Amino acid sequence: MEHIVKDHELYRKTVFGFWVYLMTDSILFSVLFVCYILLHTSNFGGPTTHELYSLRLVFAETMVLLTSSFTIGIARLYASRQLVRQTLIWLGITFLLGLSFVVMEGTEFTQLVLEGNSWKRSAFLSSYFTLVGTHGIHVSFGLIWIIFTFVLLAKRGMNEHNFRRLTTLGIFWHFLDLVWIFLFSIVYLMGAK
Amino acid sequence: MKEFIFGRLTLDAFKHDMIEYGAGVSMGLVAILVIYLLTVKKKWGWLWHEWITTVDAKKIGVMYIVVLLIMLIKGLIDALMMRAQQAIASGNQGYLGSEHFQQIFSAHGTTMIFFVGMGAVFALFNLVVPLQIGARDVAFPFLNAVSFWLFAMGALFLNLSLVMGNFGGAGWLSYPPLSGIEYSPGVGIDYWNWTVQIAGVGSLFSGINFFVTILRMRCPGMTLMRMPVFVWACLGTAVLIIFAFPILTMSLALLTLDRIMGMHFFTSDFGGNPMLYVNLIWAWGHPEVYILVLPVFGVYSEIIPTFSKKRLFGYHSMVWAIIAIAFLSFIVWLHHFFTMGASPGINSFFSIMTMAIAIPTGVKIFNWLFTQCRGRLTFATPMLWFLAFILIFTIGGLTGVLLSIPPVDFQVHNSLFLIAHFHSVIIGGVLFGFFSAFAYWFPKVTGFMLNEKLGKWAFWLWFVGFMLAFMPLYALGLMGATRRLDHYAADTGWQPFFIIAAIGGLVIAAAIGCQVLQFIVSIKQRKSNRDLTGDPWDGRTLEWSISSPPPFYNFAVTPTVEERDAWWEMKHKPKEKPVYKDIHLPKNTSMGFWIGVAGFFFAFSLIWSLYWLLPLSIIAIVTLAIIRLSDEEVEYTLKAEEIEKLEAQHGTHS
Repeated sequence: MEHIVKDHELYRKTVFGFWVYLMTDSILFSVLFVCYILLHTSNFGGPTTHELYSLRLVFAETMVLLTSSFTIGIARLYASRQLVRQTLIWLGITFLLGLSFVVMEGTEFTQLVLEGNSWKRSAFLSSYFTLVGTHGIHVSFGLIWIIFTFVLLAKRGMNEHNFRRLTTLGIFWHFLDLVWIFLFSIVYLMGAK
Repeated sequence: MKEFIFGRLTLDAFKHDMIEYGAGVSMGLVAILVIYLLTVKKKWGWLWHEWITTVDAKKIGVMYIVVLLIMLIKGLIDALMMRAQQAIASGNQGYLGSEHFQQIFSAHGTTMIFFVGMGAVFALFNLVVPLQIGARDVAFPFLNAVSFWLFAMGALFLNLSLVMGNFGGAGWLSYPPLSGIEYSPGVGIDYWNWTVQIAGVGSLFSGINFFVTILRMRCPGMTLMRMPVFVWACLGTAVLIIFAFPILTMSLALLTLDRIMGMHFFTSDFGGNPMLYVNLIWAWGHPEVYILVLPVFGVYSEIIPTFSKKRLFGYHSMVWAIIAIAFLSFIVWLHHFFTMGASPGINSFFSIMTMAIAIPTGVKIFNWLFTQCRGRLTFATPMLWFLAFILIFTIGGLTGVLLSIPPVDFQVHNSLFLIAHFHSVIIGGVLFGFFSAFAYWFPKVTGFMLNEKLGKWAFWLWFVGFMLAFMPLYALGLMGATRRLDHYAADTGWQPFFIIAAIGGLVIAAAIGCQVLQFIVSIKQRKSNRDLTGDPWDGRTLEWSISSPPPFYNFAVTPTVEERDAWWEMKHKPKEKPVYKDIHLPKNTSMGFWIGVAGFFFAFSLIWSLYWLLPLSIIAIVTLAIIRLSDEEVEYTLKAEEIEKLEAQHGTHS
């Protein structure tokens, strides 16, 4: 890493600033968690948590997302060794995993809406869709970011800017994983029995 | 099809009563005048290159001040209209309809908190923080420009609502269920929502930016405990912004989802919970109060030592007081609604925490007083504002402690007593503090002094006007007058008090008139009022070590700090010949402006349900961000010889 980064001050302040941004993002999520915890019993005669959740699908989603965290870690390791091709390959794998996560979540949402259990049904479902959906939007945003980094890396090679972009992208991706672990435990595990 | 293209936008949106037409027409006339002047004087290029595309924190700070002064006058007009209505409407309807009156008090609060108060905070951040820590710029100059443009677009929405559609009438925090789609189906609440949301996101970015700036960009030798207290106050504020503003963003987003997607977070049916919104918004709202006032505490901590020719008394206790206030401000939010019906245990906890905040605040007040003790005091305008502050803020603080006692609060909750209380702390604290800072740092920013005589006139008019306008409200509140009344029965006997308050409003208007005059006169006489030394007040901190106005690169040579009050120590030591080095500076870019414009269309499409514009604006924002983020040539180098030449021209004293 030392030999790629020339402007250390820029690198350090960007990464630090990014951590601070993630702090604000985690407060954003904590508001949604609070709403969910307060409202998850307000089903207003509609379905309750354990009537809706399918742990099998959620388990698959979790595995896919955790694996993608592992693969982006590998991409970052190759990046610090300045191996562009390998970095690109592992970044591509991460993208595919992230995409399948978003598709799975989209399928789950579509099913719920088709069964008549949309976000309009009750306060519980509003908070469920918003919490899980906000995480999904973050992952989709991460996918755009992966494409962006992928293209720049393929075009410009491993310079200090791309290395910095990869570092912050990696932190972002791990953060989404962490949020998902809370989501998995609080929403799905605690609501499924 | 028509509905698809125009959404909720119909010709009815432009139909208003005479007063609103008047406001719209006068805004239009001012806009035409500005465009005419820019064209005649051929200043469009100057505006674009020097201001709109700038990423220089000093210029962004000046632009914040321009927006905040415009909004201050707008908010003042709102206030005068309310005062006039209440002075007249004793036993009759007055001259304003209740619908219109509701919009006015909502707009007044929104304007004053989000644009005047927050504008003052960010103006001071931008103008002073980099200079006081010996930095050339902020950590993320481009992000800083984005913050400003989002702030400006928020202000634009507030004014646009006068011409197109209307503004929310549910108060400055728009509590549901009143602000839900069921009871407020129009665009008013959406205008409010996006005005605040857009400006709020800008504030959040600024908070992150200045947090990193203060922690990462201090000059060599400036340890945390050598930072000026103003910088400490800004650090505390930045932390508060980072923790509090995401809550605002999310609460507003959830209200939007309720209104647009038919969700049920805060509705009164389908299991929603309106009090959840009230809790969330105050979990942001109370820290927000300290976001506004902490920088001002910092301002006084700079001004008093300067005008007392003494070191600040109790530096360490000042710093710990800031930290304590920042911490406590997060665990008092429930005192805004003791009447919610929480259990006595919960009310007691929040009551005690609220009283506890008075302790660190008291520490600060006493530190300022002890700093003056045995100092060589001079009373320029900045110090006069401090004297008014200490009186009015203490009154506001003491009534605040009264309000923190739940049984008392049950009596005066939502009464004019509360209104008088928070105007005492916000006008006496935030606004007077800003005026003090404005007079103090004006020569640094512009290179010439403000006219002292008119400044003193403005001060006395403000002081008298404040007392006339708000002391009657304390009495009215105790007599049972609730806030947001558009009319009342004549046998209440309230009218004389309201008339005195209205006169106070006029005196305040005269004071602001004096300030405008002071500004104009000072510009006209600038040749005879130049600050050639760069240090007109015999200051103590680094911003006074460079010329006024500062060169665009701030410091030709990055200073090295050995003590607190760094410049005071430096100027009493023999000077060394400066050794110049190449410096890197950020290039100007129009991307911040364009992202602001795209953000405007994003919010505009959601307000008016223009669902074809929505995806386009999102694509525009993402594309602009990608273009900017892929640009790797964002800096340029200023050569050492160049700096030497420029420094010789500036004729700096150092």
